[in-house]
Amino acid sequence: MSNGARVRRLVAVTGVATLALAGCSSGGTSSSDTATGDGGSGGESVALEFQQWWEPELPDGAFRGLMDKFEEENPGITVELLSGPYSSTKEQVVAGAAAGTMADVVGLDGAWVSDFAKQGAIADLSSIMKDVGYDDSQLASQVQVGGATYMIPVVNFVYPMFTNDALLEKAGVSAPPSTRTEFADAAKKITALDDNTYGWVLPLSLEAPNGVQNDVMSWTWASGGSMLKDGQPALTDNPAVTGTVDYIQGLWDDGVIAPGSFTMKEQDKVEEFTNGRVGMMIDSLAHVNTIREANPDLTFSISAIPAEDGYAGERGIPYASWGIGVAANSAHPAEAFKLIEFLMSESTNSELSSIAHAFPGNTEAVPDFVKDDELFGAAFDIYKAGYPANEFTGLPVAEQLMRDFGEQFQKALDGQQSMQDALTAAQKAWEAEF
Amino acid sequence: MSTSQTSPRAATPTVTEPAARRARSRARLRRRLTPYGFLSPTGVLLIVLMATPIVMVVGYSLMDQVITNKNPAFVGFDNYAEVLSDPVFYTAVRNTLVFTISSVIAHFAIGLGFALMLNSPYLSNRTKAGFRMLYILPWLFTVAIIAVLWRLLLNPNGVINYILGSTGLTDGRTEWLSGTGTALAAVTFINIWSGYPFFMISLLAGLQGIPRDLYEAAKVDGAGVWAQFRNVTLPQLRPIIISMALLDFIWTTQQFALIWMTTGGGPINVTEVLSTFTYKLAFTQYEFSVASASAVLVLLMSMVLAFFYVRHQKARD
Repeated sequence: MSNGARVRRLVAVTGVATLALAGCSSGGTSSSDTATGDGGSGGESVALEFQQWWEPELPDGAFRGLMDKFEEENPGITVELLSGPYSSTKEQVVAGAAAGTMADVVGLDGAWVSDFAKQGAIADLSSIMKDVGYDDSQLASQVQVGGATYMIPVVNFVYPMFTNDALLEKAGVSAPPSTRTEFADAAKKITALDDNTYGWVLPLSLEAPNGVQNDVMSWTWASGGSMLKDGQPALTDNPAVTGTVDYIQGLWDDGVIAPGSFTMKEQDKVEEFTNGRVGMMIDSLAHVNTIREANPDLTFSISAIPAEDGYAGERGIPYASWGIGVAANSAHPAEAFKLIEFLMSESTNSELSSIAHAFPGNTEAVPDFVKDDELFGAAFDIYKAGYPANEFTGLPVAEQLMRDFGEQFQKALDGQQSMQDALTAAQKAWEAEF
Repeated sequence: MSTSQTSPRAATPTVTEPAARRARSRARLRRRLTPYGFLSPTGVLLIVLMATPIVMVVGYSLMDQVITNKNPAFVGFDNYAEVLSDPVFYTAVRNTLVFTISSVIAHFAIGLGFALMLNSPYLSNRTKAGFRMLYILPWLFTVAIIAVLWRLLLNPNGVINYILGSTGLTDGRTEWLSGTGTALAAVTFINIWSGYPFFMISLLAGLQGIPRDLYEAAKVDGAGVWAQFRNVTLPQLRPIIISMALLDFIWTTQQFALIWMTTGGGPINVTEVLSTFTYKLAFTQYEFSVASASAVLVLLMSMVLAFFYVRHQKARD
């Protein structure tokens, strides 16, 4: 091979290598450009990015329809929806916050707020509301960290008790239980029906540990109890929590809980109930339609979570929210807040809660399904009679707190330690996180 | 080449000799650089995709609260001390070893057994083709499908419990994946099921490459089936077995998806392995610095295995 040919080959090879490198680096640049949005140039039109998991969970085109309405009402602002499943939204927001490429408006879960606020990823909405002169009196709740609002719950999904009417009737239980004693009694009767039915289902997977919140702590809140004292963990020397864990231990020892708890997740729980293998579960109203579609023959009722015997106060009902926040690095916080204002307005909030089968975050809004559907009507009554309770919302590393608790709780149920030791160990783990 | 018209004899040596030398050295340089030019795309990719992330993670492991804190501080080996003082880390190391060693041994034993069967002259080609298809199936499924499939099969209300219960072998109520006594064995079993075909295929290829005359010679010497297996088959397969075992060992120590999708490291910490331990630190506790330290420790352990693999490959060459 001649020298000239060698040189040409060398140049070609180096060129390919340079292209590969340029390709990699230009990929990085373009992604950050996109994330900054068109509005960065300060032109007339502002493009907002809205990252959430809501669009895929709503009927096709429903959420886009609401955004189109917003764009009509606010000429010059366009909304680009970045949609993904719930679990990946969180990771994307973490990564986006670290890389400074977060969408302008983000869907939030109450459990994430403290971490994102501490990370400086999401903006202080209190000051934005003050700047734009927003009246927050219609907001049902706000999630605050250090006295400042970081998330506004747009719609809430409550977690009442579901009961399988046919199984209860077969077991000779005339009405859904309303106290712990009645519940334990009903659970025993349902379990006694045959080898494949159980009274209750308790998902305690450590991979998705929200069972600790929805299926364990909910018992404490339903009796007006709390797992915190002055904002600090209070798992020990707390009769409300001790009462709950001892009660569940009792149900466990009686063998009325469906097997497989330690690795069971929320969807497994719903499946067990849908297939008619368990008589009672605590679950999100969001699953009513899923259950109806999967098993149209199943008749079930919704009632408040049973409280301690003799408790007559207001019952806390666990809830999960589709919350909303603004990225701290958004170039258009005022426009971003306009979108929040739109979603929280009485009419939009009613519409969104109607299509999501959730309860509104605006105190004035009333979703249609409450009037049309008996089950949801009953749930709305329970919601109004009690108070939304979810003490994990806004706590630091909320999911890890659930996991810490779940781990100790599993050890106690497994007989490796006493329930008292489990609470002491969980308290210690929680204190370290706080 | 005629540069001067007046006195070519006097001028040429003084002007052209250094130029020719320069041209020669340039050509030498080009010759020396050409291989690097060919290597440069791979080199660039390695730097961008391997070296940079590794250096970044090592850097993260020496800082405090990276990613979640905009101005992380240098903390030296504090994160390593945190990982090494966490009892769950040792549980994860122990579980990883149990999971890996059992998987590799079983992959080898089952893979070899099936490969011998598929190589057997006693079966017709059609039967062998049928079995070959059947045995390779687990390898064709992606991890997500394997996880869902086995979660359903091993569910307390699942098929396995039904069969075991109705035949009276168990009470039919075993919580395979959620019982503290059975979960690690169950995920190891799933991993064995999904991984043996790779061994089987490689060993089958090895078996088919063993010259027939070796067996004939052994027969002439009076060797029985077992003696032929021990003195011909195994020595001939030895290089493949060692390479496969080392590779499988490295891959299995890094198994994450299967465990995450079946048990999530639970119940309690019974199936926690190094990969799930590190993942949880990063993506549920947002302790990216501590997770980086844990990842670096895993990297060091993997490098020990990689060292043995490379040494073995070199010895073969």
